[in-house]
Amino acid sequence: MLIKKPSDISPSEITPRETYRDRRRFMQQMAGLGLGGVLMGATGTAVAGYGGKPLNFTPSTKYRVDEKPTPYEDVTTYNNFYEFGTDKASPARRAHTLEPRPWSVVVEGACAKPGRYDLEEILKPHPLEERIYRFRCVEGWSMVIPWVGFPLGDMLKRFEPTAAAKYVVFETLYDPEQFPNQRGRVLDWPYLEGLRMDEAMHPLSLMVVGLYGEVLPNQNGAPMRLMVPWKYGFKSIKSIAKIRFVEEMPTSTWMRANSREYGFYSNVNPRVDHPRWSQQSERRIGEWGRRKTLMFNGYGDEVAHLYSGMDLRKFF
Amino acid sequence: MNPRGVRYLKLILFVLSLTPALLLLEGALSDALGTNPVETLVRDTGQWTLRFLLITLLISPLRQLTGQSQLLRLRRMLGLFAFFYALLHLSLYIGLDKFLYWDEILNDILDRPFITIGMLAFVLLVPLAITSTDAMMRRLGRNWVKLHKLVYVIAVAGVVHFYMLVKADVTEPVIYGLILAVLLMFRLPAIKRWRPFRA
Ligand code: HEM
Repeated sequence: MLIKKPSDISPSEITPRETYRDRRRFMQQMAGLGLGGVLMGATGTAVAGYGGKPLNFTPSTKYRVDEKPTPYEDVTTYNNFYEFGTDKASPARRAHTLEPRPWSVVVEGACAKPGRYDLEEILKPHPLEERIYRFRCVEGWSMVIPWVGFPLGDMLKRFEPTAAAKYVVFETLYDPEQFPNQRGRVLDWPYLEGLRMDEAMHPLSLMVVGLYGEVLPNQNGAPMRLMVPWKYGFKSIKSIAKIRFVEEMPTSTWMRANSREYGFYSNVNPRVDHPRWSQQSERRIGEWGRRKTLMFNGYGDEVAHLYSGMDLRKFF
Repeated sequence: MNPRGVRYLKLILFVLSLTPALLLLEGALSDALGTNPVETLVRDTGQWTLRFLLITLLISPLRQLTGQSQLLRLRRMLGLFAFFYALLHLSLYIGLDKFLYWDEILNDILDRPFITIGMLAFVLLVPLAITSTDAMMRRLGRNWVKLHKLVYVIAVAGVVHFYMLVKADVTEPVIYGLILAVLLMFRLPAIKRWRPFRA
């Protein structure tokens, strides 16, 4: 039997709305054809791990940009996830080694409830909602993605951060068995990111467990990732295994790799160029032309006040 | 090799050299270049520019090692293919990647060192392409040889351009750099005198 690669799937099957509404049916049909295992299983071309299982959620009415979502196939096959390789096709191909269950998250630092939490324990109290956010990569491309998750702040509050908690630090799991490219030294593993506490508590900051109404595929950062839509994509750390509350501003992985090019804030800002890429414009995936990049990725009304009085050229 | 053999070889090489461009065109027309086709186009043509520069630089060491002086007759075509891919690379960058946003392009060339260096490599390639005809060769005489030594600068600039543009994983540009270093070593006088085929 011929095995379909994602590129062989006819366009009608991957247009966003089609995929979105009919994806479950599509997966069932594929399963009926004996292809489901291929799509979801070891080859990991389309969906890896638990990705593809339907989730229960309510669509958010407040947080949904009115733009055409980027097709599911593009969102799941064009990823920067250096733990699986530095080119964008690697994660979809290699992320099947990641085992998103069982999963635990270590919480430590300036909080009243530190400890090792099972993922289910973390997720249980939070109703899931779907939000459609713009996603802007520092490399100058962008997408529109329907995420499923819950407000990061709601989760952080449960750990009762103390007054000393000025920043929150996140780490990706370090396990070369699951993340084969951690054997190399392209970056200083484990991947580390952080937010100022008020950024983390901002209602736009989302803990993500799903995509297009379904469990997050491995290559998108299963089982749980961050999504901070007004910052460049690399801030939104994937496969989180550690959360730490700290007093001092942390040095993120990319700052350590190149402090001249990557700052702590990394807010989307068309007026502050990255030395490598102009940030004035961007290519929306699926479009040939370029669009002007929006200040704070279009979320300025909500978040600009977080940075009032700050020189954003200095604190880039 | 007799002249006829060389002509056939040239024809085959011409078709082979054009193939990557045709495949890219076919891919672009059939929407088979992945999620970000513009990125694929710019990157692949950049890679092919560098590869053709290195292949061109391989010819004279190859002649030295094999004693086949006819090989030199392939060099001009390969060099012109390097220019062809560089022109494609630059045009795709301007026309598709930046979509003719001239102020951004100008900014890129002036402010972004990796693009400045790429542009330098391209600008230096232009006179080499223009002076690649027999008539020009005759007219310039010794100076032609001197002028075309610029290809070393161009190749180094190409590798540096690549090295500077990768975000974290420098493996690929380093491999290109090592290959280039070996090719440049053949230009050292001591190695140039080495004639294994006569031994
Ligand atoms: C002889 C001249 C040149 C050579 C050998 C060359 C080579 C390359 C190579 C090898 C790459 C990387 C491909 C990859 O990532 O797989 C590249 C990328 C690139 N080059 Fe060039 N290049 C040249 C000239 C130029 C010029 C003149 C410009 C623009 C003015 C330019 C702009 C770019 C851009 C924008 C990228 C893509 C960067 C990215 O995707 O992040 N290059 N080039």
